[in-house]
Amino acid sequence: MKAAGLLIVILTGGLLIYATADFPPWAYPQSPASTHVSPRYIEKSIEETAVPNVVTAVLADYRGYDTMFETTVIFAAGVACFLLLRIRVEEGPEEQLFRHSLTGMTIRIKDGRKAPSDLEEFERIDAHWVPQDLIIKTVCRILIPFIQLFALYVIAFGHHSPGGGFQGGVILGASVIVLAMSHDLRSSLQRMGEKVNALLCAAGVLIYAGTGALCLAMGENFLDYGILAPLFRCDPVMARSNGIFMVEIGVGIAVMATMIRIYNNVSSAGRYDEGL
Amino acid sequence: MTQLLSEILTKYNYWIYITLMMIGLYAMIAKNNLVKKIVGMNIFQTAIILFYVSIGSKKGGTIPIIKHDHGAASHVVHAAEYINPLPHVLMLTAIVVSVATLGVALALAIKIYHRYQSLEEDEILAQIREK
Repeated sequence: MKAAGLLIVILTGGLLIYATADFPPWAYPQSPASTHVSPRYIEKSIEETAVPNVVTAVLADYRGYDTMFETTVIFAAGVACFLLLRIRVEEGPEEQLFRHSLTGMTIRIKDGRKAPSDLEEFERIDAHWVPQDLIIKTVCRILIPFIQLFALYVIAFGHHSPGGGFQGGVILGASVIVLAMSHDLRSSLQRMGEKVNALLCAAGVLIYAGTGALCLAMGENFLDYGILAPLFRCDPVMARSNGIFMVEIGVGIAVMATMIRIYNNVSSAGRYDEGL
Repeated sequence: MTQLLSEILTKYNYWIYITLMMIGLYAMIAKNNLVKKIVGMNIFQTAIILFYVSIGSKKGGTIPIIKHDHGAASHVVHAAEYINPLPHVLMLTAIVVSVATLGVALALAIKIYHRYQSLEEDEILAQIREK
């Protein structure tokens, strides 16, 4: 198997290297990719969409369909992780452990008796609980608001600087994942529960598709934002810019919720207990 | 010889992507452990991303964000001053999709581990043949 694999790899690599002879040199300004399609986008996008960042304009307007289905792929991946792994753990006869966060004392509630509801200062832990490092917890608690603020900036400023829904969504998702890693999965689930996460995940795709359907309802093609001008009270070119922004918000929400959902499911093997 | 050397030097981006992609492909074919196969798949995806981003670059070009003044009349934009935005658009989505597919692959690996108590391919195959 190893020899056959090596042979296949060397053959494929040799063929690919042979094919590079026909490729243009690196960063060659007259290469076909730089002379045929892209000048149209670079020269026209700012006057057609009023978005200086060509990548954002192409992503959400010229190739809007493609991006919509990429978002759907991400949504489907999140649903697939959920369906593969999520199992409902019965809160059965086994004992529950609660740890007092100030003194470190642990109490044990046996035989499925109901835990008292006024356990405000206690946190639920598992039998294999290990203490988290105080420095990591504190640093993450200080940093997370700034990470989220930066993520919102990246989404909102995607028209004028590198950024947009995908990048900002991933950073937002990372901020919640950092919380789950530095504390535990339960404390991140208190901030964003499973239902909220699933709703956000679907809402992001719905915002994207809904923006497209709104254009359709107002008598234009799907995802042709120019027709939304009366809604935004601006000219059709600026309406494209605003339509791109709506779509980017949808992408950001969907990507954030999906990243968190994949992490929650994979890190706890679908049991939603303490996590890593 | 000098011709070959200059050929390599002007196209070294392709050589790097091919090397990385073949490392990923070899890991996917020859490695026995499923997690190592997943790592190989990720190296493969990264190689493709590197390839696309490298064909987008242009000598003397800057990032594809059009310089503009606030409220001023539109001026002529020269395409030669900005690098090709299309590969960046395609790879932007591909990066996030690759993370999502990595998540699904890991979920499948967890499921397989729970069922067969192993991530080694030959042990799993032996258990399947026994049944």
